[in-house]
Amino acid sequence: MRRLRAMIVKEIWAVLRDPKSRIVLVLPPLLQLFIFAFATTLDVRNAEVAVLDRSGGAHAVELIQRIEGSPNVAHVRRLGSEAALAEAIDGQTALAALVIPEGFDRDVAAGRPATAGVVLDGRRSNAAQILAGYLQQIAVGYGAELKPQALAAAGASQVTNWYNPDLDYIWFTLPSLIAIIVSVAGLAITSQTVARERELGTFDQLMVSPLRVHEILLGKVVPPLLVGTLNGTIYMIAARLVFGVPFTGSLFLFYPALFVYMLALIGVGMLVSAASQTQQQAFLGSFLATTPLILLSGYASPIDNMPGWLQVVTYADPARYFLVIVQGLFLKAMPASAVFGQLWPLALIACVTLTAAAWLFRARME
Amino acid sequence: MAEPVARAEAILKRFGADAPALDGVSLSVAPGEVTGLVGPDGAGKTTLIRILAGLMSPQAGTVAVLGRPPGDARDSIGYMPQRFGLYEDLTVLENLNLYGELRGLPASERAAAFRRLLEFTDLSRFEARLAGKLSGGMKQKLGLACALVRTPKLLLLDEPGVGVDPISRRELWAMVGDLKAEGIGVLWSTAYLDEAEKCDTVYLLNQGKLLFEGAPGALTARVADRVVSISGFGERRRRFLTEALDSPAILDGTIQGRSVRLLLRPDARFDPPPNARAEPAAPRFEDGFVEMLGGGPKGTSRLAERYRTIPESDAPMIEARGLTRRFGDFTAAKDMHFQVPRGRIFGLLGPNGAGKSTTFKMLCGLLTPTSGTGAVAGHDLRTAAAGARASLGYMAQKFSLYGDLSVRQNLDFFAGAYDLSRAEAARAIEAAVEVLDLEHQLGRNAGSLPLGFKQRLALACAVLHEPPVLFLDEPTSGVDPVMRREFWTHINGLVEKGVTVLVTTHFMDEAEYCDEVTLIYRAVQIATGTPDALKAKAGALAGAEDPTMEDAFIALIEEHDREAGTQREAA
Repeated sequence: MRRLRAMIVKEIWAVLRDPKSRIVLVLPPLLQLFIFAFATTLDVRNAEVAVLDRSGGAHAVELIQRIEGSPNVAHVRRLGSEAALAEAIDGQTALAALVIPEGFDRDVAAGRPATAGVVLDGRRSNAAQILAGYLQQIAVGYGAELKPQALAAAGASQVTNWYNPDLDYIWFTLPSLIAIIVSVAGLAITSQTVARERELGTFDQLMVSPLRVHEILLGKVVPPLLVGTLNGTIYMIAARLVFGVPFTGSLFLFYPALFVYMLALIGVGMLVSAASQTQQQAFLGSFLATTPLILLSGYASPIDNMPGWLQVVTYADPARYFLVIVQGLFLKAMPASAVFGQLWPLALIACVTLTAAAWLFRARME
Repeated sequence: MAEPVARAEAILKRFGADAPALDGVSLSVAPGEVTGLVGPDGAGKTTLIRILAGLMSPQAGTVAVLGRPPGDARDSIGYMPQRFGLYEDLTVLENLNLYGELRGLPASERAAAFRRLLEFTDLSRFEARLAGKLSGGMKQKLGLACALVRTPKLLLLDEPGVGVDPISRRELWAMVGDLKAEGIGVLWSTAYLDEAEKCDTVYLLNQGKLLFEGAPGALTARVADRVVSISGFGERRRRFLTEALDSPAILDGTIQGRSVRLLLRPDARFDPPPNARAEPAAPRFEDGFVEMLGGGPKGTSRLAERYRTIPESDAPMIEARGLTRRFGDFTAAKDMHFQVPRGRIFGLLGPNGAGKSTTFKMLCGLLTPTSGTGAVAGHDLRTAAAGARASLGYMAQKFSLYGDLSVRQNLDFFAGAYDLSRAEAARAIEAAVEVLDLEHQLGRNAGSLPLGFKQRLALACAVLHEPPVLFLDEPTSGVDPVMRREFWTHINGLVEKGVTVLVTTHFMDEAEYCDEVTLIYRAVQIATGTPDALKAKAGALAGAEDPTMEDAFIALIEEHDREAGTQREAA
């Protein structure tokens, strides 16, 4: 126990006193909090819309005003010609342009279906599609007011969003962010530990001491575990207090899940570290591991949209399971049984990565 | 005297807020001479050479090469940095071609120039070999050849002798002698003080300051008649050295095989003990350096005084029985056999890559032997590796403590790693701190300590648990002679307490401290015995009188090569 204690204390000091490690502790979490929370908006806000109104009637004006009133639209610019429209889209001064044909008011007045065209900037396809959805909603809404029975006849549905009633993207981003931030910090710190000792020449010094391999490895597991738990906790608190995301599940499920997830990650980090001769290699290695870890987790794009073979690969990604757990615990009070359903594959992955890391560490000792 | 090819005057160079790397250093390199730039690691040698090569500019002072700024005289400078930029995936000839191209050697002249250089460096046989596959000595020679593709007027060599076996080192010196005859001004930097004696003029640097300039003989002359060699007390020589160094009459002393070499203070008298023989010895450059640094440390090691006495035992404390290690089809160490009894220093001597580190690593458990067994303090390395590790203290060649941790945290960690109880740890750390003068350094990062304190801390960490066996891997390469003395004072004291020491070295001076050495060359032990016995054998082989350890080394290797050659012919 004395040896293990000495090892753990040393590892914690090594992380706290190395200026490089300190940066890894502080900078990525802060940067990511800001970047992910504010920059990677999944909503479209402040969109610029252009209008080419050829009808000029009251209904056209009303429609334009409703668009102007939408919280998602910043300005509506009125255009005089097709050439101006082409220029607005081409110069990216407008994301979408609404073309109201000459017969629009006439058709509305006559009770015939009236059509307005929308030109979207396909270079920004995601945002454009979302904006098109908003425009569609406004147009349909206006149509429904004018002629309620027509809507009923078309069989439109009434949508309710469970768990995130306002579809606030932050409710989705922040819980996921806990998984991401814990991954980045855990991998970055762990991947450096063995490689740093190799590079500084202290590795031999460790190996000739009576420290056993399991003591060395355990000692190296503790600091990233602490850092990960701390980062996770800070983010959880920030999500509730700063961003108002409700945490509806149980903390007694959250922390064990975080612990198992960290172990799986640390196994991966240790694998990278044991394989690397220098810190440079370890850094590249951890980057190599982080990218697929996040991309295959379902955070950036839904797993269901991936090709079949890639969906199989995602089963090996620990972030996949943890993402489901944190989102579930935050938004829908995920019950223990459901958490365990995600937890056992995570535990299995942790066993595999940690065992592999210990094996590689032994194999690369000489 | 001819116009110097390079001149530096009152150079000041400072990096950041540290003490200046060069503090008012002046130097001139004469044509047709070897000028030595001598000093321990961190003295400022490399900085000065880089300034002369025009790669750096000083904050104050003037530099001129052939009367011009170094940047304008590049075509006349040959520069060989410490780790020469050879391209390991290119052959010897391709490397030469590349440097020929880089230095603008006309294509028509290349064939002749390369032939001359390959002949000169004796590399003609290897011109198609990849540079990465050359031995350390051959790489160094190829580096020299590349620096010479356009015959320079000034040749700057930054520690060309480091890590090179004595034979290659001697060949390098012979080559430099030829260049000198061509009128080239050579600047040779080195941390080996014995190399200083081969130079025509020496500049001795220490911590950025110039301590001495002039012919090496001028420095040794200051200590002439004050060096004596005392012999005839057999096993008690360590005890005798300790007492002698504590005497006010003695400035410095070292062990030379079975005898003790002492440097007396001016006008001091020293009476050798009864039945010991005292005879005058030739002064060395190192004696002069030590005197300039104010003499060596006292003889009694307080670290050793407080150390426990290792119980008497007839069993060998370190044992190698046929240790062999292969990497693929390359045999790094073959059939190593030796035994070290309690309270002895055993040296593994040999050039880089010969297999001494491999043997050393097998014995301290860092490498698993392919075959054979070893034991440390009675613990078999295969069956009781943990016990073996607990009974040895280890000091690596380069500083290998945790640089980001404070001195105190390092000590705490090693106390814990070696399983000391809280009380034991507190006592051991307190003792080490007091004895090694570390109080004021406790809160400092270990990595920022001056070299001398780093060495002390490394020793303190290695012996906190008072192990019966110490493993030292080239413990004092590159440190100044006073630090080296201090280190060996502690080691000698510990050995008197019964500690057994295994040391690897290619530093001939360290070999002299050993009770027994084994010479490892091309993965096999070619000779084993006391330093004196090896020297005597070499003296007989080479017909030399009073050979140095280095002479012995060379003679034994040549003898081995000769025998191997005859065997090959016979087969």
